[in-house]
Amino acid sequence: MADETIILRVLRYRPEQDSEPTFQEYEVPYRKDWVVLDALNWIKEYKDGTLSFRWSCRMGVCGSCGMMVNGRARLTCNTFLREFYPNPITVEPLVNFDIERDLVICMDPFIEKLKRVKPWIIREDVKPVEDGPYEQSPAELYRYKQFSMCINCMLCYAACPVVGLHPEFIGPAALALGIRYLLDSRDQGWDERMEEVASHDGVWGCTFVGECSEVCPKHVDPAAAIQQGKVMATLDWFKRLLMPRGQR
Amino acid sequence: MARSNEPAVWSLFAGGGALTALILPVHALALTILLPLGVIEADSEKLVAFLGHPLFRLYMFVLALLGLFHGAHRLRFTLIDLGLHALATPITWLCYGGATIGSLVALWVAVSF
Repeated sequence: MADETIILRVLRYRPEQDSEPTFQEYEVPYRKDWVVLDALNWIKEYKDGTLSFRWSCRMGVCGSCGMMVNGRARLTCNTFLREFYPNPITVEPLVNFDIERDLVICMDPFIEKLKRVKPWIIREDVKPVEDGPYEQSPAELYRYKQFSMCINCMLCYAACPVVGLHPEFIGPAALALGIRYLLDSRDQGWDERMEEVASHDGVWGCTFVGECSEVCPKHVDPAAAIQQGKVMATLDWFKRLLMPRGQR
Repeated sequence: MARSNEPAVWSLFAGGGALTALILPVHALALTILLPLGVIEADSEKLVAFLGHPLFRLYMFVLALLGLFHGAHRLRFTLIDLGLHALATPITWLCYGGATIGSLVALWVAVSF
């Protein structure tokens, strides 16, 4: 048992020495209770300290360790080696992003997309702190709660073919978050947020492939959020068509 | 960024999808299987009178229009996603133009027969 090993094929890219990414194989001890991230940490500790990858919590909360495992976008902290043993495991950085180094991707475009949907509560009338919180009933919370569980792991961006075809598409996680605020009873930023959510790069870029929801480790179901967003944007469009100067 | 006018065609696509998924199988089952097999019986004179009723004509026209726009929308995005991104504008015009012509034919059929 203790002698069993498994092969990890890891994509390496060191911009100061590599002209393009290449695979490097590592033989790693096989443990039934090890996840891919454990194996990567073992490599970094004992075999090759130059291997770079992001990770933090090791328990599916922080969203840092998303990578392509055998071609599928996964959190490496909850992907067990035993799922693949005795076959080799291929580990690559998330697709649809530029590689910064080894398994580390450049997340700047994602952060820019997050900002576009204004993921914070917008108020026209801000009440003073001493007047207490903005109250919300459990039913009002339930409308958006699922869409607020996103950990920004970006697996959905790696899984979405539309993101690959049209990089300007705002994408699943950011749109789900924008729709989460559109559904929040405390929010008053409907019009300015709709400008992005209901734009060509917004929900209308989605062709409902649904892979985002398949790979989501937190069951946010971004595809469902986007479909709700399409209905909201359509009702809003007809409302503006019929009552151009009307108040919402 | 400006809001898209996509809702104009998406609402036809969504309405067409729901309607064709729910209703067309019923028509296919009743008219092409159950009726020929004699599972359900219909007096031909009554059937013709029913099919010729203005409300039924209107209903068939709406069904054809929404179904055509549903298919056009699907075809448009399938072609664009297959790699014809550069031709997105002509594809859009051809798909919805085809659906419009088809709907006009359906209207003509509904009114004249």
